[in-house]
Parts: sequence; structure tokens; C-alpha cells
Amino acid sequence: MSNSDLTVEKLANEQYKYGFVTEIDTDKIPKGLNEDVIRLISSKKNEPAWMTEWRLKAYRHWLTMKEPHWSNVNYPAIDYQDIIYYSAPKKKPTLNSLDEADPELVKAFEKLGIPIEEQKRLAGVAVDAVFDSVSVATTFKEKLSELGIIFCSMSEALQKYPDLVRKYLGSVVPYTDNFFASLNSAVFSDGSFAYIPKGVRCPMELSTYFRINASETGQFERTLIVAEEGAYVSYLEGCTAPIRDTNQLHAAVVELVALDNSEIKYSTVQNWYPGDKDGKGGIYNFVTKRGACRGVNSKISWTQVETGSAITWKYPSCILQGDNSVGEFYSVAMTNNLQQADTGTKMIHIGRNTRSTIISKGISAGRSNNSYRGQVRITKKAENARNYSQCDSLLIGDKCGAHTFPYLETNNPTAQVEHEATTSKIGADQIFYLNQRGISTEDAVRLIVNGYCKEVFKQLPMEFAVEATRLLSLSLEGSVG
Amino acid sequence: MLEIKNLHASVEEKEILRGINLKVNAGEVHAIMGPNGSGKSTLANVLAGRPEYSVTGGEIMYEGKDLLQMAPEIRAREGVFLAFQYPVELPGVNNTTFLRTALNEARKHRNEPEVSAGAFLAMLKKKMQLVEMPDTLLSRAVNEGFSGGEKKRNEILQMAVLEPKLAILDETDSGLDIDALRIVASGVNKLRSTDNAIIVVTHYQRLLNYIVPDFVHVLYKGKIVKSGTKELALELEEKGYDWVKDETLTAA
Repeated sequence: MSNSDLTVEKLANEQYKYGFVTEIDTDKIPKGLNEDVIRLISSKKNEPAWMTEWRLKAYRHWLTMKEPHWSNVNYPAIDYQDIIYYSAPKKKPTLNSLDEADPELVKAFEKLGIPIEEQKRLAGVAVDAVFDSVSVATTFKEKLSELGIIFCSMSEALQKYPDLVRKYLGSVVPYTDNFFASLNSAVFSDGSFAYIPKGVRCPMELSTYFRINASETGQFERTLIVAEEGAYVSYLEGCTAPIRDTNQLHAAVVELVALDNSEIKYSTVQNWYPGDKDGKGGIYNFVTKRGACRGVNSKISWTQVETGSAITWKYPSCILQGDNSVGEFYSVAMTNNLQQADTGTKMIHIGRNTRSTIISKGISAGRSNNSYRGQVRITKKAENARNYSQCDSLLIGDKCGAHTFPYLETNNPTAQVEHEATTSKIGADQIFYLNQRGISTEDAVRLIVNGYCKEVFKQLPMEFAVEATRLLSLSLEGSVG
Repeated sequence: MLEIKNLHASVEEKEILRGINLKVNAGEVHAIMGPNGSGKSTLANVLAGRPEYSVTGGEIMYEGKDLLQMAPEIRAREGVFLAFQYPVELPGVNNTTFLRTALNEARKHRNEPEVSAGAFLAMLKKKMQLVEMPDTLLSRAVNEGFSGGEKKRNEILQMAVLEPKLAILDETDSGLDIDALRIVASGVNKLRSTDNAIIVVTHYQRLLNYIVPDFVHVLYKGKIVKSGTKELALELEEKGYDWVKDETLTAA
């Protein structure tokens, strides 16, 4: 092993800095899942009867399903009876501001490097923080409500805007959609709800931070964003979890609905605990994210930076129903050590003149495995549909793997579909070149990786781009080989 | 400035340098010539600290310090610059960002304040005229899609920005047409000063018509077998390397 490898190795062994556990009283229910548990969750949340029914239908359907294993990842069988399906900080109930939250919790958020107060002041970001299963604080609510924008936790939305929730919940990802989406539909405990009324351009970024704290809990959040005609919203989510040596399940569902001439931009910086060097512990991140461009000229744009989780299994997708609608997917997925990622997107072209762009950047280091899986489907009626896909893989070292699984299905002869893929490696000669210009090995790797991800990072709002760059450097540890 | 004593170095267990002795003072330009495989590029890379080359004996003192004890990036920050024979491409890494990062690393090392983006750009524009480099190359990724000549010019631009004390030009003339050669050489000449030294590694005498050396050394089988002034280069050009080989054989 050369000197430069050793330096990177050292860098690599930096600790996951979000691995702390916060000691707060939580209201947990016993492990396991059955209809009573679902009724209990629903009643704890004081939900309307239709919601309880919907959960139960989802649960019954889930019982008939088998866990899917088609993805390019490996993990031991999950015991679904060994998971706690509801855990909430005790000192609740509804909070109007962060000041009313448990001070321990506020401290936890500070440790996460999420200066909520700071963000409120400086960035004007409206933040909803979901800690374990319950949404803790949604800031800036009043300011938003002046514009008719609703941004609150899913629980609150079910109390205050049940009709809106009922109209859209499950309309993009039905409870029968897939194994993990059905499970989520049955047991979801919280999440965010955003509704942007007709013609309103949301003046600030809406943001949610998710945190799994309690052990042996699963996190099943459910997010729903609706942009009415001519509305615009940019939504950000960030995620972290403590270091635990057991695996924890995170099975979220996100649904986006964009009506005529509206636009939704959804950005994720995912940094769930990835497990240790030997692959012990870490989050199983099995997520269903889908957006429906229902209206004409509507646009949905997904940007994701995935650096955490032991296993990531997610495909933020767009259903392009409206004529001239646009779907975009920008992704950086970084895996190190024994992490596994199977991620990508689906672009389903239904309307005429629909366009989609896919830019995927995979980075594999250590002994990790990173797969891009994407589907572009042009249906019969989708006249003049266009798609451009670019899937790049960057390998750091020679023990990792990168895979690309593109699926193309074109049923209309007017379609134009382009797919480009590249695989490259950070070479010892590149590192030495940068060293010779006075740049240390770790900075050299960062420069190269950031350059490689630039196309995706520039899609992120400024402060998130900075965060993403920093996270990526952290995850790069121990890479060049 | 630089003193190499009895330097031995090998690549993949194969000994390439077999006892190099060389002294370079500030203000001097030394040319290292020699047939293919004589160890010229190895010497250049060993000075820069390329990890694939291992030093098996001897010492290198640079500005009174043990150069071999320094990591490559420290050597660079201390003012050792290698203009690469084959500059690598760095896709996605912006040329300007790269140059500014490199300069600021050296400045930090010298406890000097970092240069702001604005001040840097103004300085860069001036340096670019030295190598007649078009502005468009600045916004591109380092060396990506550059022609051979552009890559070499970019190397000299980096040298101009970093202002090294000791610059080693490794076959900077290879692959250059006569016009590009003239541009690169005149750029180097403008950077010559009484404070810095330059080692020009080349196979051909051609480059030395433009960058006139104070001393010429002939490397053969890992040793300097002949040293002289610029006339030696002309003699070599005339008689070919066989002349040196024969002499070496006779001497042995």
C-alpha cells in the first residue's frame, strides 16, 4: 500500500458524527405487528375512522405479499415482529414552536448540526423535524399560512385537513403498490404534509429533518406534497440516525402531486447511519418515492445525495401524465465500506411532448456495491416524448462494484431516447498530479469527487449543496486503493 | 539549492538510477539529456516524490533540508515543481479552482494569507499571456479534452502561477510542434530568475535552442557520464548518443 493510500485510509476511519443517542422519554408500544397495533397507532394519533380502515386494508394486503428480492443487494431476513412500530418523544403533544419542545430534543438537533434557530433566522427555511416517528416542530407556519400554504406534520394534517389528505393520500403510491409501501401505509406514524394553493409560489424552502433515535424502532414516515395549478415549491429533507449495532428499518413513502403549470422540486440529503467498517449495524433504507405530473406543463424534479444507510433501495420516479410535463432525476449515490445501494428512477411518459432527464452519479469505495437501476417507459400515446439519461460510475479502489441496469421501453415511434454511461476510476496518477501541486491526498480525492458530482450539486439549494459536499467528504473515508 | 548525492532508485525492483550526483544552484538552468531508458524521467519523478519509485540509496538535500523525508505535497509547497511529461486529465475539476487551490496550499504553507478569487483571477489573466493561453481553457476541467500542446502550455501556466524555486521540466518538448515549442520555451524563459533554478529533462537538443542551459549532463544507464556547458548538447546532437555510449564503454 502506498503512502497516499494510507492517508486516505486514515481519513476513512473518521467516525460517523451523528451517532449519538438522545436520552428522552419516549412513548413506545411493544414490538410486533398485528391489527391491534395498527388500531393502537391510529388511535394514539386520534385519526378519523377512514384512516384506520385504510391502514387496516393496507395491512391485510401486506400480509398477502412477499418481500421483494430482485434488487442487487443482500441482507439477512427481516423479522417484522421484532420491530417497534411506534415511538414518540413523550413530552409532546402539538407544539407551536421549538421553544416548547423537550430541551434534550433541541440539543439533539443542535448536535446534528441542524441549527434550526439559525436556519429560521438566516435562511428563512421552514423546518419540520421528525424525531423517531413524530413530527416535533414546524417553524414558520404562520408566515406560510398567510399565503394559504399548509406545511405541517402528517398527523396534524389528518386532524386539520382530513379532506385534503384523503383526496391525495395513496393516489400516487397506492397501499397495494409494493411490499414496503404497503407496510408503510399500515403503520406510518408521521411525516410531512405540504399544500401549495393555486398560483402561489412558496417563498421559502420547506424542509424536514428525519431522525431515528430509539433502538429497535422502524421509521415509517409518509410525506405528501400537493402543488395546485401554477404553484411552485422546493422541499428539502435530511436524515440521520444514531450508531447502533443492529439494523434498523426505514420504509418511507413520499407522494408528490403536481397539477397544471406547477412545479415541485424535491431534494434529499440522506445520511442515515451506514453501519461500521465491517458492515455491522446501519439503516435499511427501503423507500418508495413517486411524483405524478398530473397537469399540463407541470414539472417534478428529484435531487438526491445518498451517502448513508447500510442498504439503500429507492427509485424516486415521475409519472408524466400531463402534456408537456417534465420529470427530472439528479442523483449522487456514494457507498463505502460494506454499504449497498440499488437506486435510480422511473420515468413513465404518458402525455404528449413529455420530457425527462436522468443524471445519475454513483461513487463506490471500499468493498461496497453501487447499482443504478432505471426505467424509461414511453407509452403508446406519448407523442414526441424525449428522454436523456446519463449514468456515470466512479470507482475508488479495486474491491468495490458498480453496476448499471437501464430498462428502456418505447411504444411510440416518435420518441427520442438517449442513454449514456461511463465508468471511471480515481487513478494513482491523478492523485499524484494533485499532490505535486501541493494538494494533499484527501483534498485531491475531494476535488475529483466534487468535480464529478458538480452537475447534481448545482441542482441543490445553496446551503444544502454545502452540506452535501461536506457529507460526501466524510463518507469518502478510507477510499483510494 | 539542490544537492543529489549517490542517488539510487528503482521501479518495481528494477534499479534505474545507479549513483547520481548533481548540484544545482539558484539562478542556474541544467539540462539532463540521454538516450531512451537512461533514467531521465525517473530522476524527475524521484525528485517530485512519485510513490511508484523507491529510493534505495543516497540523499537529496533541498534548501538545506532532506527532500526524501517530505511527502510529495510538502515538496510542492516548498517550491519543487514538476512539469509532467504526460499531464493527466481531471474531469469535472475546474482549471481555475484547481490553480487557486494549489496556490493557496503553498501560501498557507508559507504562512501567507490566501488569495481571494478576484485577486487570483486578475493575476491569472497576466500569467496566461506568458503562454498565450486562451481564456476558454480556464473554465474547462483540468486538461480534459486539451490537445497535447494545450496540456503542456497548461503545465507552464501552473509553473507561472506557483512560481517554484526548483522547476523540473520532464520532456516538455515532446509532442510539440515548432510554434507550440516556441511559446512554451519563451514562457519558461520569462520565468527564469536569479532566485530559481530549472532542470530541463529532454531527449533532443532542439528545446535547448530556446531554453539555453548553463550546464548539460548526459545520463546513461542511470549515471551522469558526462557534464559540460551548452556546447555539449550541440556535440551530442552532431555525434549522437552512441558517442557517449562508446566513451563510457572505453572508460570502463
